Amino acid sequence: MTAQSISASARIKGGAVGSSIWSRAWENHAPGYLFLLPWFIGFFGLTIGPIITSLYLSFTHFDLLTAPRWAGLDNYIRMFTNDRNFVASMRVTMFFVIFSVPLKLAFALGVALLLNRGMRGLPLYRALFYLPSLLGASVAIAILWRQIFAGDGLVNQFLALFGIVGPSWISNPNYSLWTLIVLSIWQFGSPMIIFLAGLRSIPQDMYEAASLEGASKWRVFWKITLPMLTPVVFFNAIIQTIEGFKSFTPAFIISGGTGSPINSTLFYTLYLYNEAFSFFRMGYASALAWVLLAIVAVFTAFSFFTSKFWVHYDD
Amino acid sequence: MTTDVQRLTVVTEDDASRRLRRRVFSVVAHLLLIGASILMLYPLLWLLASSFRPENEIFTSGISVLPSTSWDLDSYPRGWNGLQVGFGTFFANSFVISILSVIGNVAACSLAAFAFARLEFRGRKFWFAMMLMTLMLPYQVTLIPQYVLFLNLGWVNTFLPLIVPKFLAADAFFIFLMVQFFRGIPKELDEAARMDGAGPWRIYWKIMLPLSTPVLATAAIFTFIWTWDDFFGPLIYLSELRDYTVMLGLRTFTDSTGQSDYGGLFAMSVLSLVPIFLFFLFFQRLLIEGIATTGMKR
Repeated sequence: MTAQSISASARIKGGAVGSSIWSRAWENHAPGYLFLLPWFIGFFGLTIGPIITSLYLSFTHFDLLTAPRWAGLDNYIRMFTNDRNFVASMRVTMFFVIFSVPLKLAFALGVALLLNRGMRGLPLYRALFYLPSLLGASVAIAILWRQIFAGDGLVNQFLALFGIVGPSWISNPNYSLWTLIVLSIWQFGSPMIIFLAGLRSIPQDMYEAASLEGASKWRVFWKITLPMLTPVVFFNAIIQTIEGFKSFTPAFIISGGTGSPINSTLFYTLYLYNEAFSFFRMGYASALAWVLLAIVAVFTAFSFFTSKFWVHYDD
Repeated sequence: MTTDVQRLTVVTEDDASRRLRRRVFSVVAHLLLIGASILMLYPLLWLLASSFRPENEIFTSGISVLPSTSWDLDSYPRGWNGLQVGFGTFFANSFVISILSVIGNVAACSLAAFAFARLEFRGRKFWFAMMLMTLMLPYQVTLIPQYVLFLNLGWVNTFLPLIVPKFLAADAFFIFLMVQFFRGIPKELDEAARMDGAGPWRIYWKIMLPLSTPVLATAAIFTFIWTWDDFFGPLIYLSELRDYTVMLGLRTFTDSTGQSDYGGLFAMSVLSLVPIFLFFLFFQRLLIEGIATTGMKR
């Protein structure tokens, strides 16, 4: 036996019997943590650390150039008692979410139900309806929207065919927010695709049983389709609502970054952006961000709580 | 006997009327869907048509989307050179940022997803739950401290704040997407490989990645589109005109010359949508399946 083979056999023996707890723990757990290393750096450096810092900054006055000054609850007190723009931005955002999400989902569900009846050309329709969702986040589309709803824009050109003189939708505070709601509804394609997938996963034998019993189509919809689809409705509603709260680009482009006219498109995120990066009130903007987080958290918790009563899950 | 015949004719009549009803329904449904498609795509067609019109015809052509008597391509070079820095630079910047983002996102997210889907280690469930929590987090909460961090690193006015987070799997959504896919790959495959002495890295590299091309492609395409479209990140991190992305260039165009040069603005808008449209054209099945299985946001 050569020295080499002795040491090799010793290593095998040692590995099998006498390896320390530490090296076995290393072998078992280290790969997982190594694979997660990039994510860990991002998670602590770009998420957890900033969350804690942001909470701290929300209790300070901070202009980026000088060190943060402790302000206690000042920012929050000002927000809730003495800031008309905060109230306006909250109202605009709530209005946007309350109208755009249900309308968008209603369109998505309606078209999905129609397409699901074995319509010929389904892939083509599906693709055409999805295209706006894919393009819609672009600045180019926001620019286009501003043109469509301008005083001499496409909508008014169309109305002029019937002798109607339309207002300048974008610069009229009564309508400006609605143009953004329409832009959101225009992008109903992606929830529609999720609805279609949900419809396809409803077991066919349920429908067969219903038709044997002679149930009307209306009854089948209310008793089978809709209950079986509630998990998808729930999912879509949560995603779209959170997206609604975070919406920024269209309002920024259409109002030129100001939320005009008369704050009618002052989305919460737009207000926060201006506080932080136009006026450098970073402490106040952090407080705004934490209120947004609280709203999203409360909304999500509330939805999950109420979902017990209306979302149907397979037992 | 007669009753049988009667019943038979009744049945066929019933069948015929049902078939007729179905036919009518189908025609009405198609008309509705075609109408809706036209209504939805009309703004896009109008944008395209307007970009090929001479400036003075854009707002006098009514709602027509047919090209004018003569195709007019002037808007394109005019828009391309409409700012002090040409759109060629903006497109190059957007491509660099988007492509590096794709590489970072696919690499970092697939590593993390492999750990969550296939490796056993203490705390896996806990970290997975943490990852899911970050999905719900509004980005505004981390925005200002991240800005301060990048400012202190001297990264503001470079592409780094837009790219480096992608290499750290900051877009956790794609981790989730890949975990779902990896879990669907039969475990026997990596067990067999482990019998042959393959370590985790080889299993990841030689088995998981080659079997996961659909999900990797989906993640790559969506990362590209979302980065290409991103307006907020470049808006706060880039302030030199020569560093601008296409989206920032378009915004600047509306501020400076846009009021007078609609043709140029529309032409550049069309060009900015071309890369996304090409992905739609060639990979729509992949995109639609990606959304259907995971419920992506857009």
